[in-house]
Amino acid sequence: MEFFKIRRDIPFMRHALVFNLISLATFLAAVFFLFSRGLHLSVEFTGGTLMEVSYSQPADLNSIRATVAKLGMTDVQVQNFGTAQDVLIRMPVQKGSSSGQQSEQVLAALKADNATASLRRTEFVGPQVGDELAADGLKALAFVVVGIMLYLAIRFEWKFAVAAIIANLHDVIIILGFFAFFQWEFSLPVLAAVLAVLGYSVNESVVIFDRIRENFRRYRKMNTVEIIDNAITSTISRTIITHGSTQLMVLSMLLFGGATLHYFALALTIGILFGIYSSVFVAAAIAMWLGIAREDLIKATAKKEEDPNDPNAGATV
Amino acid sequence: MNRYPVWKYAIILVALLVSGLYALPNVFGEAPAVQVSAAKATMKLDASALARVEDALKAAGIAADAVTLDGTSIKARFSNTDAQLKAKDAIQKALNPDAADAGYVVALNLLSRSPAWLTALHASPMYLGLDLRGGVHFMLQVDMQAALSKKAESLAGDIRSVLREKNVRHSGISRNGQTIEIRFRDTQALEAARRVVADQFGDLTTVESPDGTEFKMVASIKPVAAKSVQDQALKQNITTLHNRINELGVAEPVIQQQGQDRIVVQLPGVQDTAKAKDILGRTATLEIRMVEESAEARAAETGTGPVPFGSERYLERNGQAVIVKKQVILTGDNLTDAQPGFDNQTQEAAVHLTLDAKGARIFRDVTRESIGKRMAILLFEKGKGELVTAPVIRSEIGGGRVQISGRMTTVEAADTALLLRAGSLAAPMEIIEERTIGPSLGAENIAKGFNSVTWGFVAVAIFMCAYYMLFGVISSIALAFNLLLLVAVLSMLQATLTLPGMAAMALVLGMAIDANVLINERVREELRNGASPQAAIHAGYDRAWATIIDSNVTTLIAGLALLAFGSGPVRGFAVVHCLGILTSMFSGVFFSRGVVNLWYGRQKKLKSVSIGTVWRPDSSNQVATN
Repeated sequence: MEFFKIRRDIPFMRHALVFNLISLATFLAAVFFLFSRGLHLSVEFTGGTLMEVSYSQPADLNSIRATVAKLGMTDVQVQNFGTAQDVLIRMPVQKGSSSGQQSEQVLAALKADNATASLRRTEFVGPQVGDELAADGLKALAFVVVGIMLYLAIRFEWKFAVAAIIANLHDVIIILGFFAFFQWEFSLPVLAAVLAVLGYSVNESVVIFDRIRENFRRYRKMNTVEIIDNAITSTISRTIITHGSTQLMVLSMLLFGGATLHYFALALTIGILFGIYSSVFVAAAIAMWLGIAREDLIKATAKKEEDPNDPNAGATV
Repeated sequence: MNRYPVWKYAIILVALLVSGLYALPNVFGEAPAVQVSAAKATMKLDASALARVEDALKAAGIAADAVTLDGTSIKARFSNTDAQLKAKDAIQKALNPDAADAGYVVALNLLSRSPAWLTALHASPMYLGLDLRGGVHFMLQVDMQAALSKKAESLAGDIRSVLREKNVRHSGISRNGQTIEIRFRDTQALEAARRVVADQFGDLTTVESPDGTEFKMVASIKPVAAKSVQDQALKQNITTLHNRINELGVAEPVIQQQGQDRIVVQLPGVQDTAKAKDILGRTATLEIRMVEESAEARAAETGTGPVPFGSERYLERNGQAVIVKKQVILTGDNLTDAQPGFDNQTQEAAVHLTLDAKGARIFRDVTRESIGKRMAILLFEKGKGELVTAPVIRSEIGGGRVQISGRMTTVEAADTALLLRAGSLAAPMEIIEERTIGPSLGAENIAKGFNSVTWGFVAVAIFMCAYYMLFGVISSIALAFNLLLLVAVLSMLQATLTLPGMAAMALVLGMAIDANVLINERVREELRNGASPQAAIHAGYDRAWATIIDSNVTTLIAGLALLAFGSGPVRGFAVVHCLGILTSMFSGVFFSRGVVNLWYGRQKKLKSVSIGTVWRPDSSNQVATN
């Protein structure tokens, strides 16, 4: 089997401006939704109580809402979780009642209403923890960005580092934009998925940059645009197959992982799709606008002929 | 040209054997078990306890699959939950005849069903997190400001008594937040007090200022001392929590410090959060009373007479009865610290108690009047008293520093100090995070995670085999080896596996295939450009390596960031993610090359390799399809 029978280098860079404008438009739309709608943050970030209650029959959400409202709790959200029998109840931190009492009160009231109600899990997060988690999340993001940029700047050149990070941060913003637009719940595992995607789709840019560097060495006659086109064309099959395989795994999570992993897998899916797009169309184009040239990379490559970590170094030739 | 030296194959073989061995316990699953551990620091589990457990089981006619004593606990494994529940009751009755005074914790648990020889190799299944096995999780915040205020209060009392001893006249000592304010009428007194404080209270720094017609000295706790107060408060709270959780009968509780001022408590298998919370928040009290030494009491001690009116009978740790008056002299509220140490003169093991100012005054008065008599120190928990120690008063004790010594080993002194301190929390705590996961949800989560990994793996393997033929089969084997390595490493490290961790496992497998895709695509490309099969394999692996390293490093940076800044579910994800990236480098490149070399390396005149279609743009014919 071979999906990619490409006769000539595809002139990706000829349309670089168009792609970059599309990216800019999606990016701006994502930013707009982030600000206009905001993220639907989970209890972990906002603080509050979350209860998952299971019934033997499909649950009547309205009667549950009425029961909870009778307890005098405000801003309570009740929704189905996974199946019709499972209900998720979210309560913000209530003044006057302490952590655990809240969930016990609600459960007692629900049981009085319908004896089949059983508690599957509860989660209480104090407000001080939520603020910390948000701060830690931002710190982790900063760490990833700085770490990857430093690594790429050392391994390649600063122009590549800037291009890769812009391209992939744009992915992150777009994922967040989706979560804001659809008001999907943004929880800690989703944050983990977003950061994992950031590391993962930088891979993509790295593979293309690697090829660009190699091409600069190999094809002395080509100009920068041709070299980038050739690099993207010769790696596109690998890009799509790799992402396809990863997506197969994520799809399996989406199908079998249940409600808990749903948004996690969703974030990964968006990240993987936009990861392909941004590495192919955005990262290389930005590197091109920044003006990468043969001279930038030739010095860097001179000393990396022998890799001490090469596992193949000992192989008999 | 594609041959590995023997030592490389040896490495692969060893890795395969070791990882297979350590991943093996996960296959056997878990069996219901009863776990017995000591409820008190003074109780030790030994061979005789093991014999009692075995006898109890035999008497009840329950057959255990295995009964083992390992370090701090006795574990008995059963074939079904029915036998497990019966056995728990039988053991409970045999070991704790008096239910009100339980010496042992008898808890239900799950034990690995793996054979003894595997257990002897310390090979155990992966440690499942609460979201997979069910249970409760609490995060408690210790109120350090309160701990510091309490310390300041006790220091204020100390200063008051020292100044009185030294005849330094002051016009008032008061605690203001975490500082101590002392007022003086003249500078001589101020100067004298300053010298005393500098001399005797190394933990304090002082600032003097005139205050109207008077002089004021403000003493505050030094940052170093404050830090040690906080550390101690945290340690003491953890100890107290340990003692209390022992009563809940939890098989493997986790009580850990997190950060500067937080404690994480995880109780696997516990569903009754209300009871757990009640026990965590309960306060124990310490009481100091006098021993009744009348003739009737003597008779009652030996069991020949009734306990006199107004007294109670308690047992000392050596089993000897002591008759104690009901009147309470001091409570634990007046005790600020208890530390093990040595008697200055006799070098005997001793426990040093520190009382606050009020406690010290009462203690001095009582001891002056009762030299030669015995006093009893009792610890009350859940309304049940235990006699910690009953020493003889040798002299009047002032200043609030009490030493208990005589007939004690250093171990006993440490235990007593611990018991006295553990009685109460050093500082109040507040629950700031709580999670309960039902057992059915845990089992469901395991199934969900397992299905995600399995079906994702199958899909990827089918695609790889179809697309890359034999090279795809090799890539799939490498991927399976990666999974084996990952499971083995997680089992060895006993890192906590959570649902996000299982998701990370699936994700990392999806990412790990990247290395093989890179290699296979490179080999195809070399073939397309007309390289000989052997040269193509060699160049494919060589050239792909630099790219694989680069891409894995960037992914690893993201993983490390999650590990460093993540907490809870994120950390579970990050651990598996990082480990998976590392194992994938070994399996995807080193191991798969080994298999390829084994298959193709010997054939000198290799005509074609089975890597699927190698399509050439210049002619429409296909090269090398096997």
